[in-house]
Amino acid sequence: MNAAVQPQTISLDQLKLGTRARVASIDWNGLDEGEACRLQHFGFDEGVAVEPLHLGPFGRDPIAIRVGRMTVAIRRKHASAIRVVPLSR
Amino acid sequence: MNPLPLVAVAGNPNAGKSALFNALTGARQKVGNYPGVTVERKSGRLTLADGRPVEMVDLPGSYSLDPASPDEAVTRDVLLGRQKGERHPDALVVVLDASNLDNHLRFALQLIELGLPTMVALNMVDLAQRDGLELDSKRLSAELGVPVIETVAVRRRGIQELQTALDDMLSAPFCGVHEHVKSDLIHLQRRAREIATAAVVRETPVRRWTHRLDSVLLHPVAGPVILALIMFVMFQAVFAWSQTPVSWIEDAVAWLSVQATAALPEGLLRSMVVDGAITGVGAVITFLPQILILFFFILLLEGTGYMVRAAFLMDRLMHGVGLSGRAFIPLLSSFACAVPGIMATRTIDDPKDRLTTILVAPLMTCSARLPVYTLIIAAFIPNTRVVWGVGLQGFVMFGLYICGIAGALVAALVLRRGVLKGTGNGFMMELPKYQWPPLKDLVIGIVTRAQIFLKRAGTIILGTTILLWALSSVPQAGPGQKQSDVSIAGKIGAGIEVLVKPIGFNRDISMALLPAMAAREVAVSSIATVYSIDSPDENAGAQRLEQRLQHRWSLATALAFLAWFVFAPQCISTIAVTRRETNGWKWPLFMVSYLFVLAYCAAGLTYWTAMALGL
Repeated sequence: MNAAVQPQTISLDQLKLGTRARVASIDWNGLDEGEACRLQHFGFDEGVAVEPLHLGPFGRDPIAIRVGRMTVAIRRKHASAIRVVPLSR
Repeated sequence: MNPLPLVAVAGNPNAGKSALFNALTGARQKVGNYPGVTVERKSGRLTLADGRPVEMVDLPGSYSLDPASPDEAVTRDVLLGRQKGERHPDALVVVLDASNLDNHLRFALQLIELGLPTMVALNMVDLAQRDGLELDSKRLSAELGVPVIETVAVRRRGIQELQTALDDMLSAPFCGVHEHVKSDLIHLQRRAREIATAAVVRETPVRRWTHRLDSVLLHPVAGPVILALIMFVMFQAVFAWSQTPVSWIEDAVAWLSVQATAALPEGLLRSMVVDGAITGVGAVITFLPQILILFFFILLLEGTGYMVRAAFLMDRLMHGVGLSGRAFIPLLSSFACAVPGIMATRTIDDPKDRLTTILVAPLMTCSARLPVYTLIIAAFIPNTRVVWGVGLQGFVMFGLYICGIAGALVAALVLRRGVLKGTGNGFMMELPKYQWPPLKDLVIGIVTRAQIFLKRAGTIILGTTILLWALSSVPQAGPGQKQSDVSIAGKIGAGIEVLVKPIGFNRDISMALLPAMAAREVAVSSIATVYSIDSPDENAGAQRLEQRLQHRWSLATALAFLAWFVFAPQCISTIAVTRRETNGWKWPLFMVSYLFVLAYCAAGLTYWTAMALGL
C-alpha cells in the first residue's frame, strides 16, 4: 500500500490563467534575499491560495497573481520558484 | 521649548495612508527631507479638541520593519527612534486597507509589538463593502488589543472619531517603550491571516470591478493599445485645451507691456522692465496652462491606480533594455519634470537599476521643454490636419516625445552593457484597486505645481532674464551698430557660436544656451529678450515671438534646435538633484557630458539631413 499520496505540484508560472491553486513550497534558496523578502511581504507562503490573473503583453511576462486578497505582479522567473497544487473546481 | 507630541502615520503602500494624512492635517503640510538620506518627510499639524497642537508625520509606505528599500529603512528607523533628525513618535496611527487585511495586518502586528500607544484606522471600508466583505471592527480591536476606527479617508468618514481617539490616547499616561522584538515574518503572516479570518463577518463573492477593468486594461492586445491611446490623448490635450488660456495670458502680457511703456520714461529702466522682465517672464508664464494640464493627467493616472498597470504592461520592454517596470513610473513622472522623477527612483530597490533610471530620466521630455517645443513648432510647423482630429503640430510634438523615449531606451541599454553592468533585481509590485481620486487631492496637487512653477518664474527666471537683459544692453550700441553685436552677451554668444555653428545654430541661439542652463524654458525668454532689445522700434510683446523667429531662422536651424532640446541636460535643478541622489559629483558629471554629446550629435544630424533635403 502507498503511504500518503503526494499531490501533483507544478510551478506557478506553468499554472493556467484563472486556475486557483495552493502554494506547496517555495524555493527560497533560488531567490536572492531582496526578492525572497518581497515575496514574503506580498504574503507568499505555504498553504496560501494563489491564482494567476493576467500576463504581460510581451513574452507573457510579468504575471499578475492574486495572492490572498491582494493582486501582485512578479516576473515569470520568480514565479517558477513557487510550487503549487492546482485546486479542482 | 517642549516639542509638540509627534504622531506617526504608518501602513502598507496603497492603504490610503496619504489620503488619511491629508484628511487629518488638511492643506497645512510641510514637505522636506530626512537628513543624509533622500527620503521625503511629510509633516502636518492637527489640533486636538482641547486646542493642543500635535505634529503628524506621514511615514513612507512599508510592508514590514525589515526594509527592502531606503524608504522602508526610514520608516523602521523613525519607529525605533533611530532616525537622525526625527524625535521618537509619541503615538502611532496604523492605516489598514479593510479589503486587504490578511496582508496588511502583518505589518500592523509588527507595529503594535513596538509598544507605542497605537490605534488602527480601518480604511477604505466602503471599497471592502463593494467587494462584498463585511468586517467586525470590535472583534478586530479585541484581537489586536488596540482601538480600531473605521474610516473612508477620501470621504472624510471616521476622521472625527479618529481625532477623538487620538485625543484620548495622548491624554493617557504612557510608560516606556518595549524593545523591538523581531518576530519571524512567516509567523506574523500566519497570525495576521487568523485574525483577518476572525474579523470577517460575511463575505459575498462578487465580480470585482478591479478585475473586470484589468481584464481589459491588462489585455495582451487591448492593454498596450489603450496605454498608447492614453498617452497620445494626453499630449494632444496639452496642446488643444491650452490654446484659450494661453491667448488670455498673451493678451495680458501685451497689455502690461503697453501700460509699462506708457508709464515709464524712455531709457534704461523702461527697457529693463519692458524688454527684460515683462517680455522674458511673460513668455514663460504663457506655458503654465500646458504644464498644469500635463500634471493633471499624471496625477490622475497615479491616483486611479493606472500608473502601476502601465508599469506592468511595460515591464518586459523595460527589462529588455536592462530596466524594471518600476522604472516606468519615475520615467513617466519625468515627463512632467525630471526632478520629482529622479526622486521617485527611490522606490527602485536595485542600485544599478536605480542609477540607470536616474541617468536616462532627463531624456524624458519634461514640461520645461514644452515652452521651447511649442514656440518652435508654432513658428515653423504649419497647423494642418494629418487626419481628422490630429494636427500636424501635435504629431510633431508626439514625435519629439518618441525621440526622447527612444534615446532613453538606447542609453539605458548601453549603460547596462557598459558602466552599469549587472542583473537587475526584477519586478515585484502590488496592483492596487482602481479608485477615483478625490477632486480635492487633484486640485491640491495641481495648485502645488502651479506655485512651484510661478515661484521659479518669479525668481530664477526673472533673475536670469534681467541678467541677460543687462548683458545684452551693456555697452549701448552707437548709431549704425546692432545692439547684439556690441553687447557682452553678444561677445559670449559669438564665442559659443564657434562651437555650435556646425550644427546650424546662429548667435541668437548660442546666446540663449547659456542662460538656459538655469532652466530650459529660459531659452524662450532669452530669445524673446534678445529680439526685443534688438528691435526697440517694435512694440515689445505686440509682435508675437513666433513671427520674429520665422524671419530670422531657417527651418533646418529650427529643427536642429528642437533636436538639441530633446537631449541637452539644460537644467541646474536636475543636475543638483542627481548629485544629491547619487551622493557625489561623479554621476551628475557623467550624465551632463554624455547628454551634451548626444544633443550635439542629434542636432548636427538633423541640421545636415535637413540641409541635404533642401529644407
